[in-house]
Amino acid sequence: MAFQREVVSIFVDNQANVLSRVVSLYGRRGFNIDSLTVSATNNPEVSRITIVFHGDEQTLDQIISQTEKLEVVRDVFRLTPDESVFRELLLMKVVVGKESRSSLKEIVDIYRGKIIDLSKESLIIEMTGEPGKLDAFMEMMSCYDVVEVCRTGMTAIGRGLRK
Amino acid sequence: MKLTGSQIIAEILLEHDVHQVFGYPGGAALNVYDALYEYKDQIRHVVTAHEQGAAHAADGYSRATGKTGVVFATSGPGATNLVTGLATAFMDSVPMVAITSNVPDALIGRDAFQEICITGVTMPITKHNYFVNKIEDLPMALHNAFRIAKSGRKGPVLVDVTKDVTAQTLDYKPGKYEMPDDEQPVVDIDTVKKIADMINSAKRPVIYLGGGAGNSGAADQVNEFAAKAHIPVAHTLMAAGIIGYENPLNLGILGMHGTVASNKAMDRADLLIALGTRFSDRVALNPKKFARKATKIQVDIDRSEINKNVIVDYGINSDVKDFLLKIMPYIEESDRKEWMTEIDELKKIPGDKRCGGGELFPSEIVETVCDKTDKDTIYVTDVGQHQMWAAQYLKHKSTDKFLTSGGLGTMGYGYGAAIGAQIGCPDKRVVHFTGDGSFHMNLNEGCTAVSYDLPIITVIMNNKVLGMVYQWQTSFYGERYSCTDLDRKTDFAKVGKGFGVKTFTATSQKEFEAAFEQALKAKGPVWIDCHIDKEERVLPMIPPGGTTDDMIIG
Repeated sequence: MAFQREVVSIFVDNQANVLSRVVSLYGRRGFNIDSLTVSATNNPEVSRITIVFHGDEQTLDQIISQTEKLEVVRDVFRLTPDESVFRELLLMKVVVGKESRSSLKEIVDIYRGKIIDLSKESLIIEMTGEPGKLDAFMEMMSCYDVVEVCRTGMTAIGRGLRK
Repeated sequence: MKLTGSQIIAEILLEHDVHQVFGYPGGAALNVYDALYEYKDQIRHVVTAHEQGAAHAADGYSRATGKTGVVFATSGPGATNLVTGLATAFMDSVPMVAITSNVPDALIGRDAFQEICITGVTMPITKHNYFVNKIEDLPMALHNAFRIAKSGRKGPVLVDVTKDVTAQTLDYKPGKYEMPDDEQPVVDIDTVKKIADMINSAKRPVIYLGGGAGNSGAADQVNEFAAKAHIPVAHTLMAAGIIGYENPLNLGILGMHGTVASNKAMDRADLLIALGTRFSDRVALNPKKFARKATKIQVDIDRSEINKNVIVDYGINSDVKDFLLKIMPYIEESDRKEWMTEIDELKKIPGDKRCGGGELFPSEIVETVCDKTDKDTIYVTDVGQHQMWAAQYLKHKSTDKFLTSGGLGTMGYGYGAAIGAQIGCPDKRVVHFTGDGSFHMNLNEGCTAVSYDLPIITVIMNNKVLGMVYQWQTSFYGERYSCTDLDRKTDFAKVGKGFGVKTFTATSQKEFEAAFEQALKAKGPVWIDCHIDKEERVLPMIPPGGTTDDMIIG
């Protein structure tokens, strides 16, 4: 069975050790997570965790039902691609001299990225988008001398008003 | 009223109707123990030999009385010694609250003397835990601990309090604390009707009964339901006693060492109704082939248990009692004659009872104990062959009378648990079955049983080997007895005497009967060292990963 990408959003109490409770659960239950992000929300008492993983229906169900058992978890729900916005931020440092700088800028423009730092021998690219777009960009850049990449992991939000 | 953190702990225990605790004092817990001294008329504290014993005692107390067990320990090693006890309670869904003290907040994170991050250590083996380093947080942490331990699927909760908090004061008004229970899952009536139709039209249904049914207090409903629909019941180790021994619908224990009837019936069933059980690997030995012909219905209060180990056709997130009360009106009376005739045939195939030589046999020991004790007797086991023999040969009559570590399988659980059970039920007889392997782990609690005059009878099935592992080595490892054929020279009769325990040694059935008669008359604890043959085996057995086709009967 082909595993599909799943995105799950978790609302948790904003207090000490919450992240380690969630991560410890996934570790001991053997849930493989592709990415996990955590951040504040408009409610100071609540933080939001977004996890991405590949799995079948049973894995999805187990991850949701095990997560919701944690005392610090207020809500857990799946975000489907059709009804949600998925975004990720990428920072990339490339060694590049002036001779290839303009060709590189062309690629960055096509992907609607920004060059946010420039020195004689290197530059830093900032890009946001669907993780798939960032993957494609990284593939495109593989012929350049990429020295560092940092990606935030996916953050996601449902479209429209949630019932 | 200004109260110290320690006094608040005591007051909150009283608010939750806790008058009995177990534990072991220590440096960081000095303030707490000072308060316990002050409250000693209202809260009785039993000191064990080891914190592990205290944790098992709180667990045994809870299982025997239905109340939440409470255990105290100091920081560092005191707290880590609770770990096995908490994990045992966690795996068997036993409500417990552990209150540990930690070093003063100013020393936290500095590897101070006897400092350990016990909330980190116990995160995977508690329903939840609290680290309290501000006195304002203490009352709610404790109230919540009691709420969480008892709500939904029960389990242990730990509250770790820094020493400075136990001394600081806070305005606290003691009183009866009312806390709303957690929301219960509700099953809709259409689903109930649909399931009832399936049950009514099933030709060969089987109930697969687990510990959750006992935890839900559904013993009466299970009996009524099984009787009305006339459905045979296969139960797990944790559900022993919910269906009475003499009930013709009782198929006995299911799984690795289950009865032929239970396992074969499960294999032939067309409908499986799982009530409060997790399809553990000791039952669904081969999850892909378990009850392979049956449509599977699973009822559990813990939603995450549904489809966790075995994929079912209908998962119902509900309290077992709630579900049975709802479905009962839609269940048609039936006698299922054909199915019951088949079941009766299956029941005639026993497993071998005697595999070794000698003059004393495990099955007869258990049967003697059972025959000579009354129906209110609480039987407690350790873990291993003796545990399975006790489970197989006791005539289980009710659900809170068989205390055993089913999930974690904790050797050394028994004596502490027996102490807790006897403290909680002073008027009931408590018999503790153990093996020489298990008993060597925690027999230190002999001193506790003596100190508190607890008339617990310990029956040691002494075969001088680590029998369960030895049996596997016999069956699956070509008789290569790695580290199990110990032949220890321990004379349990002498060791017991050293503690002040009355002791007997039995090498024959006659000697055992005589010793047990004496034990029943004793005022304090008794140990009976029963010498049995090391070749005794627990049968029937289905090897791990196997099916009923692989069952070893003799």
